[in-house]
Amino acid sequence: MSMNSQGRPSTPVATGSQHDTETVSGSKGLYQFEPLIFETDRWGKTGVDLPKAKGTKSRLGGVERAGKAELPGLSEPETVRHYVRLSQRNYAIDLGLFPLGSCTMKHNPRLNEKMARLPGFADIHPMQPQASVQGALELIDELATWLKTLTGMPAVAMSPKAGAHGELCGMLAIRQALISRGEADTRKRVLVPASAHGTNPATAAQCGFIVDEISADKRGRVDMEDLRAKLEKTDDVAGIMLTNPNTCGLFETDIKDIADLIHEAGGYFYCDGANFNAIVGRVRPGDLGIDAMHINLHKTFSTPHGGGGPGSGPTVLSEALAPFAPVPFILKDEDGFRLVEEAEEEAKESFGRMASFHGQMGMFVRALSYMLSHGADGLKQVAEDAVLNANYIQAKLKTVMTPAFDGFCMHEALFSDKFTAEGIETIDIAKALIDEGYHPMTMYFPLVVHGAMLIEPTETESKAELDRFCGALESVARRAAQGDDTLKGAPYLAPMKRLDETQAARKPVLKWVPPAPEQLAAE
Amino acid sequence: MTVKYTEDHEWVSVEGDTAIVGITSYAAEQLGDVVFVELPEEGRNSNKGDELAVVESVKAASDVYAPVSGIVKEANSELEGAPETVNQDPEGKGWFVKMLITDPTQLDAMMDADAYKAFCADL
Repeated sequence: MSMNSQGRPSTPVATGSQHDTETVSGSKGLYQFEPLIFETDRWGKTGVDLPKAKGTKSRLGGVERAGKAELPGLSEPETVRHYVRLSQRNYAIDLGLFPLGSCTMKHNPRLNEKMARLPGFADIHPMQPQASVQGALELIDELATWLKTLTGMPAVAMSPKAGAHGELCGMLAIRQALISRGEADTRKRVLVPASAHGTNPATAAQCGFIVDEISADKRGRVDMEDLRAKLEKTDDVAGIMLTNPNTCGLFETDIKDIADLIHEAGGYFYCDGANFNAIVGRVRPGDLGIDAMHINLHKTFSTPHGGGGPGSGPTVLSEALAPFAPVPFILKDEDGFRLVEEAEEEAKESFGRMASFHGQMGMFVRALSYMLSHGADGLKQVAEDAVLNANYIQAKLKTVMTPAFDGFCMHEALFSDKFTAEGIETIDIAKALIDEGYHPMTMYFPLVVHGAMLIEPTETESKAELDRFCGALESVARRAAQGDDTLKGAPYLAPMKRLDETQAARKPVLKWVPPAPEQLAAE
Repeated sequence: MTVKYTEDHEWVSVEGDTAIVGITSYAAEQLGDVVFVELPEEGRNSNKGDELAVVESVKAASDVYAPVSGIVKEANSELEGAPETVNQDPEGKGWFVKMLITDPTQLDAMMDADAYKAFCADL
């Protein structure tokens, strides 16, 4: 039997009879079989025993529900067990390396959690008098100062709730700037490189702009010739939306020329800052000529996401766009901190409001806690280690897998499926990784790379963990190169085996339908 | 009847002033199992290069561009209920749109079957 570098078999051990993998109960080890909550339901069962309410009358004006709500009937312990069992099937950053490229699944330091739970932050209400939350306002202001300093930008909008919301903020500011120039009706075209995040063209379209795609060159970066050609006609260009480092995990080396070209054409430069963790403390986007950029606190600054969220997407703005920033924002005067809530007086050029309140307070506390505990030098090392870890993976796997582009990468390593044997696809490798105990990498994205596998280890993984992951991926990749057909059936060891994703997408079953009455009678 | 191909992997079959448009076998193979097709409304006026339809597979969502300028005469509504037709017969029953061509000279610059085959072999 061949072994990998960790001394484990590099091919699955053949299971003998069916009894090795199947049990009477459907459970495996202490992994219990779990039906849908509706299938656990028993009529009349309830976790709480409330007396029937007397003397009530509806004030719903005739729109009240006529039939039963059909909620499943379960006792409290059954309900608790159902959800705890489901949570055991979940994969999380707290369980292991989560190499999902473009998502920056890094460790969420527990110190952040402790700070966010301080009653002075956790128990405040957004409608409290401002005089009673001066500390919270000061925290938002201090975080804003850090963000402005790290990005080299003069202003930041704190209220956007996540990355795409931050993009919307930046593009609405651009639109407002064009309105004030009297050019909103003529400048409708937004250039979006093929190597940008998928949300970029969606945001531009949402703001009423026309998306014009720029192709990627052979180096995985913006094709400058194509960009120049698209800028031949300049009076209809609103701006460009570019992701840097881009989704190929590469720094856009021509970024300053891109900024100059777009500014000469009269447009604005939006940069998607979702990958800021690769350059934080090393590069200030303001120095690159960027007019607007969102920052994912839930990525770069380690606040939880991917089910543990919520996200938070403060958006930094250049001098040209700062007057159009959304309300509310914080000002400091002799009476202390105050929120500017209306788009008038000092905010008269603001494009308006994006959220009911002031942003994700809990995430602000966590992000500032992360910044203060790392310090400026520590944040610089975050970027360095994130890039080092990704390059370690690229270097370790480059003889077995096919790196998509030559040279060093930034914070994520990108491979194409060129090394796989005929018939073996990226998805087979991803599924086999589940058997090896890892959440799969991002697959088939970015689209500019055939059968793309995008791996982002982040800076929080140790060399030992990276070695374990590379050992597992290397053995799967070798099997893929040899055309090992067993990959087509993976995962074998997960609670659910290979699912029919095609059928699920073509004929999705979105609603649980109760079994027929005769079937119930037979039970 | 002439069939022409684009670098974005659309095919156009021309008869008189009508063009039938679809995606090539190569494109269907690369996309993998098609799960959803969004088609344009009849009467829509499209310029060459405009987004004409959207095709979504288990791997990716891609735009289908108008290979020539024209007016949409008919969309293959069968694809809405049976997107698998695109995989089964991409250059036949899996057609997307019938268009009234407004500028037939645009066809001249497009690839014929041999040129397209050579183009794909290079990818």
